[in-house]
Amino acid sequence: MAKPTTIVIGAGVAGLACALELAERGLAVEVVERGRVLGEGACSWMAGGMLAPWCERATTEPKVAEWGAPSIAWWVERFPDTVRQGSLVVAQPRDLPDLTRFAQRTERFEWLDVDGIAAREPDLSGRFRRALFFPGEAHLDPRRALAMLAQRLRDRGVAIRFGVELALQDARADVVVDCRGLAARDALPDLRGVRGEMVVVRAPDVSLQRPVRMLHPRIPLYIVPRGNGLFMIGATMIESERRGPVSVRSAVELLNAAYALHPAFGEAEIVELGADLRPAFPDNLPDVRRSGHVLHANGLFRHGFLLAPALARRTADAALSMLQPETNHADLPERRRA
Amino acid sequence: MFYGVELSSRLLLGTARYPSPAVLERAIKASGAEVVTVSLRREGGNTRSGQSFWQFIQSLGLRVLPNTAGCHSVKEAVTTAHMARELFDTPWIKLEVIGDADTLQPDVFGLVEAARILAQDGFAVFPYTTEDLVVADRLVEAGCRVLMPWGAPIGSARGLNNVYGLKSLRAHFPDIPLVVDAGLGVPSHAAAAMELGYDAVLLNTAVAEAGDPVEMARAFALAVEAGRAAHLARPLEPRDMAQPSTPVIGKAVLGGV
Repeated sequence: MAKPTTIVIGAGVAGLACALELAERGLAVEVVERGRVLGEGACSWMAGGMLAPWCERATTEPKVAEWGAPSIAWWVERFPDTVRQGSLVVAQPRDLPDLTRFAQRTERFEWLDVDGIAAREPDLSGRFRRALFFPGEAHLDPRRALAMLAQRLRDRGVAIRFGVELALQDARADVVVDCRGLAARDALPDLRGVRGEMVVVRAPDVSLQRPVRMLHPRIPLYIVPRGNGLFMIGATMIESERRGPVSVRSAVELLNAAYALHPAFGEAEIVELGADLRPAFPDNLPDVRRSGHVLHANGLFRHGFLLAPALARRTADAALSMLQPETNHADLPERRRA
Repeated sequence: MFYGVELSSRLLLGTARYPSPAVLERAIKASGAEVVTVSLRREGGNTRSGQSFWQFIQSLGLRVLPNTAGCHSVKEAVTTAHMARELFDTPWIKLEVIGDADTLQPDVFGLVEAARILAQDGFAVFPYTTEDLVVADRLVEAGCRVLMPWGAPIGSARGLNNVYGLKSLRAHFPDIPLVVDAGLGVPSHAAAAMELGYDAVLLNTAVAEAGDPVEMARAFALAVEAGRAAHLARPLEPRDMAQPSTPVIGKAVLGGV
């Protein structure tokens, strides 16, 4: 019997993770992407790359932690450069009540004092009195992680065709997986875009081992070390579908926060300013929806890398049950591993 | 009664900072609010691009009170108000002119100026102001028929910072609807405002950033109702002396017969 065929439309983090999960479960997969190169037009290219399921509990539903926690192992297995150094949360002295509140709403952290902060992040020594440390969390470089997923797909013989605009109704496959992100709103009317803006700076004088979140009543943000003196500063969350460049206000706020974290960021070079729209459903949780032979996997919101593995698993489960309805999937070894 | 509109709920709710639109929708339902505020600048930049979110708000079938949050000048606020009128098809505008970026304290001078311009242009202005009596006078003179003094700075959760000031404002403007806007943290703050005789309260962060926004919305609704009922029932004034609830003089002495 010929292998069943699946086509994944979209090669952002959702599409690549879904394609890899499908391929790992033994399905023949092809990926098409309208961008000409990896990352073009994909909002995951602008992602922070934090795998922080417990920090996210501060502002999200419990499902984000539940679905996100297993994704750290998923990424470590497929992208060995995933950094498992935890994450740190700090606040300026006047915003310390926010740190207490953050602690009340999250879990799996420890309180650090001045010495504890200095031991983990020497460059922040003496700059903050208290911090929350989430030892189980991780982070990765989203662009390198996407490249690694693409490489793993190619290693499995999966073609990724860039520069191909394929309409859903023209996709010829037993199962079509729609991972077009916000472009899928023609099929998903309740999908909306939530604008995010980020800055990449080069600050060779600053060294951080892990993402640092700085709480602020109006502009909470995070700084993720990318190695080689590069840092990503993110990210705004604006209920707007405006595309186009970063606003001055957002840039000022993001850069200001970096400067407040460490004055040496004042000497940093601005390498990149980026903005894009995250696709989100009304509950801000990802979902897999079936319509005919199409599976719409979408709504990763600001949790692209954190929740893509869970989305991919659910998509692959759904695809397998569509293709082999008579099989008891619990017996499949791939499925057990997942 | 706000600009001729009678509302049954005295709780007005902001729509920013909720975990998701779905939670926002449930919180609004739990609060019973009939009026929700929407920020144009924060959510839309200078363009008309917050579409999905705004459509979502409109789909809830509530009265929308657009606001000019994030505006630091008269010109910005007036432009934003015009955009709001067009987008939401309402003359209502919650006017914010921010004077200090850190405390989000209103710039009362710019506020009065913007209120005058907008009122002359047919807007129903809901000014976010301090509890200052003279500023309130100027706002009314500029055409405002609702006043919205702060309880405390936006998002501070401190409650009513100046109860005396809010009280005298109420006494001074018996016929102008007064709404405590901003600074409330817990339902007892809302109840206290209503007990002072305020017509309504407007809040956002206290619900949006609560651990359980839906439950907190319900708690605020109960508090507003309790506070209003208490006000109508004419509460006692605090006094220095104890006042026994049962008279003692002339009381029959039992025993020892």
